[in-house]
Amino acid sequence: MLTRNRLLAGAGALAAFAFTVPAGAEEPIKIGELNSYKVFSAFLDPYKKGMELAVEEVNAAGGVLGRKIEIVSRDDNGNPADAVRAGEELLTREKVAFLIGTFPSNVGLAVADFAKQKKTLFIAAEPLTDKIVWDAGNAYTFRLRTSTYMQTAMLIPDAAKLKKKRWAIVYPNYEYGQSATAAFKKLLKEKQPDVEFVAEQAPPLGKIDAGAVAQALADAKPDAIFSSLFGADLAKFVREGTQRGLFKGVEVFDLLGGEPEYLDPLKDEAPVGWYVTGYPWYDIKTAEHKKFLDAYQAKFKDYPRLGSVVGYSTVMSAAAAIKKAGALDQEKLVAAMAGLQVGTPFGTVTYRALDHQSTMGAYVGRIGLKDGKGIMTDWHFVDGKDALPSDADVKKMRPAN
Amino acid sequence: MSLPSILIQLLNGLASASSLFLVSAGLSLIFGVTRIVNFAHGSLYMLGLYVAYSLIEMLGRTPLGFWGAVALAALAVGLVGIVIEVLVLRRIYRAPELFQLLATFAIVLVIKDAALFAWGPEDLVGPRAPGLSGAVEILGKRIPVYDLLLIAIGPLVLAVMHLLLRRTRWGALVRAATQDREMVGALGVDQAWLFTSVFFVGSVLAGLGGALQIPREPANLDLDLSVITDAFVVTVVGGLGSLGGALLAAVLIGVAKAFCIGLGFSKLTLVAEFVIMGVVLVARPYGLFGKPQAVARAAGDAPPPLSPPRWTFSVAWIALFAVVPLVADQYVSVVLIDIACFALFAASLHFIMGPAGMVSFGHAAYFGLGAYAGAVLFKKAGLPMEAALVLAPLCAGLFAVVYGWFCVRLSGVYLAMLTLAFAQISWSIVFQWDSVTDGSNGMVGIWPAAWLADKNVYYYVTLALCGAGIAFLWRVLFSPFGYVLRAGRDSPLRAEAIGIDVRGFQWAAFVLAGTLAGLAGAVFAFSKGSISPSVVSIGQSTDGLVMVLLGGVHTLVGPVVGAAAFTWLRDVLARETDFWRAGLGFVILLIVLLFPQGLVGGLKALVARWKPSWKGQA
Repeated sequence: MLTRNRLLAGAGALAAFAFTVPAGAEEPIKIGELNSYKVFSAFLDPYKKGMELAVEEVNAAGGVLGRKIEIVSRDDNGNPADAVRAGEELLTREKVAFLIGTFPSNVGLAVADFAKQKKTLFIAAEPLTDKIVWDAGNAYTFRLRTSTYMQTAMLIPDAAKLKKKRWAIVYPNYEYGQSATAAFKKLLKEKQPDVEFVAEQAPPLGKIDAGAVAQALADAKPDAIFSSLFGADLAKFVREGTQRGLFKGVEVFDLLGGEPEYLDPLKDEAPVGWYVTGYPWYDIKTAEHKKFLDAYQAKFKDYPRLGSVVGYSTVMSAAAAIKKAGALDQEKLVAAMAGLQVGTPFGTVTYRALDHQSTMGAYVGRIGLKDGKGIMTDWHFVDGKDALPSDADVKKMRPAN
Repeated sequence: MSLPSILIQLLNGLASASSLFLVSAGLSLIFGVTRIVNFAHGSLYMLGLYVAYSLIEMLGRTPLGFWGAVALAALAVGLVGIVIEVLVLRRIYRAPELFQLLATFAIVLVIKDAALFAWGPEDLVGPRAPGLSGAVEILGKRIPVYDLLLIAIGPLVLAVMHLLLRRTRWGALVRAATQDREMVGALGVDQAWLFTSVFFVGSVLAGLGGALQIPREPANLDLDLSVITDAFVVTVVGGLGSLGGALLAAVLIGVAKAFCIGLGFSKLTLVAEFVIMGVVLVARPYGLFGKPQAVARAAGDAPPPLSPPRWTFSVAWIALFAVVPLVADQYVSVVLIDIACFALFAASLHFIMGPAGMVSFGHAAYFGLGAYAGAVLFKKAGLPMEAALVLAPLCAGLFAVVYGWFCVRLSGVYLAMLTLAFAQISWSIVFQWDSVTDGSNGMVGIWPAAWLADKNVYYYVTLALCGAGIAFLWRVLFSPFGYVLRAGRDSPLRAEAIGIDVRGFQWAAFVLAGTLAGLAGAVFAFSKGSISPSVVSIGQSTDGLVMVLLGGVHTLVGPVVGAAAFTWLRDVLARETDFWRAGLGFVILLIVLLFPQGLVGGLKALVARWKPSWKGQA
């Protein structure tokens, strides 16, 4: 086993060496990017714009290692097998330095495992699954985005404060919804041992039968609801629930409901008073965010979504890693990523050496209405490092490689 | 569940059944007359929602604006239907059965990208119906007024359609064409006009179904495929051509889902309609109200027998593939591994679809179960990779034994839909059985053994395994077993009469095809290092169908050529353009219009046309 791994490592290093010595020093550094642009376009359109802005800024500041950077993007069609093939193409043909990107968790995990096999750095941008850094974590994979567990944990203080006893839960029936639900139940139970979970609904992703689900939840007479729905499912649930009086006198939490991608389509029907995590771009006054916002609006004549921040910060992380490593050698890049600090529109984040998760935070608040549009009110920023389990717990979950 | 809850969930089920019925009614009507399995019907529904959304924004959120927009959207979608029929489908009615499915698949791709281009990526939440935005209280529970209206619309449309079909001349022609379209043509009815009008009415129903959903469903780009499968299920459960059956089936499925949710089994809704379809089809082979399909006479001619490739041809290709890794870069090997796996997948589908005459809409079940069997045996059972690779096809074959036993009892579209039901049931188990399949995330770390780790070595192994699989399938087709299958397809009665157990042979063919699809899946899984439920999904099954049809279902090498062309095209287009889906759609449409026999069939026809003149010159 050992010798095989060593052989592979040798081959990988050789390959990496071959890839990273380009013909001319002036050629830009290529970074391979994979994403499901056509399948999740509502999130990834702004994401792509965020990347473009970051590339422009990095290159305007002279690039890294004296060279400009260039992103080579591929559409993975939301399919792990296609993503792995595109990854092969990026590494062998485009000779990219390393890989970034991906949106759905199954694609993220497949590419992470591919990166491990190829001994190539992979910065997962968006996949929310906890597994990518914990149960299925590997030495070559780092993740930027605040994970399912972290976002759920951020909502727990507000949920516990309400002292509601009867909770109902609704979540899309796949890993993200299942993990969010499991984390929520566990964390709330720790804070409030007498809590009761009276109903659980798991409609298929994108195909919620919202009227029936709202009715079934109402029948359980909950005091509060925890939802991890998003997109079209969320819009349908909000409308049916409102019409059927489900939300009257009931506190509702929705995990991603404050993200402009999912809040803005609701327009004047945005459910006032819901507790959410999200991105109140109109209200954030920090200097780093203002700089990002102004540049983004000047370039695209549009406001940023959360995807824009993720795309921007992913490219900034990649550039910072190259700068810190001082070379395009995979082992050096990976070493540089551990503990790397990157300035993002949400402030400086650190890629933890412990589990390769970044400490990117999120904004927690309640939904309000302003000029017929949903906004986040009473929000506060939660740093990602405060929403993670203890180091000992993380070590237990993460395989020792 | 209390009594009031039961009543409300019943109403919920009825309300969600309404739009589904409209879409299915259109689908059923179109299929009845033109025999086209219109894959683009869900896209027409999606267009209905988008167009209605825009029209309401234009006309204003008044009752007149809302209902005017709904009516206009339905008509606009009807016009789109006419355009599709006149520009594309009319040109390929004489192509082999199901070939039109390929054209409608391309149209799905084009419409999806067109909608993305016109309306952008964000979900569009339409307004509630003006004047009907409230809810009424029934037994202390609130139900939206609009839902009650929807409940009424379903039967109303059924009544209108019934009058149209029973009391008008057009209706008489439609019913006649459904029975025997050749005869209708012989009697001097302009078929082109009839088909166009049927397509128009069917499309209007789809558009209306979509537009009516505006207050309940945000317009989004995933609607097309999610609706089309539901509509197929409803149509088949109800019985093809029976509008009353479609309504009953829509209600049955809608209510069953609402009760799954009400009783706390919401996870079942993922697969409820497919379980219902499976049960109905096993019990009633023609759906609830369907009759055995009338044989279309135009398609009655048996396709020409297949011709085996010459050995020089095979040797030349094998030699060519063998030198590829020596001259091309490594990515070429990567793509060729994919192509080889899909080629075997397509060839196995062709084996039952072409010579055995059993169309499968769910062939991904065996590809995917083979892939998962390999992964589970390797990761969870701890077998060596080589053993897992050998055992995986056998596992897929076992599933084919079970599924096939039920499927071969049916024929035509009913058989195809039963295979789809089994595939979807398999998918939902793979998707939800976390402890074995790692659920929706899929399994990672399925890498080949050390001696196969090099891509070029794996390429040769893939080439050997998939090549042997394809060669075996082809060889079987020219054995007595293959001839028996053909006899069963072309003339089941005579085959029975001379003592052939047609069903038994079809079952065996099903198992053989399933086993080899499983081999393709397992080789594929180990080449990627990971698999997810998408390998068992409808998308994978559709890809297989597209490959077979693209290459030519009545040729031997067609499916392999189709697999290569489709995989290569998708790879190239996805890299070169943003709107690659539309690009792929247009290329397929072009192929469809130029080569109605598929790529290989078309090339053969070209060669046949040129040959005499070559001889003349010589």
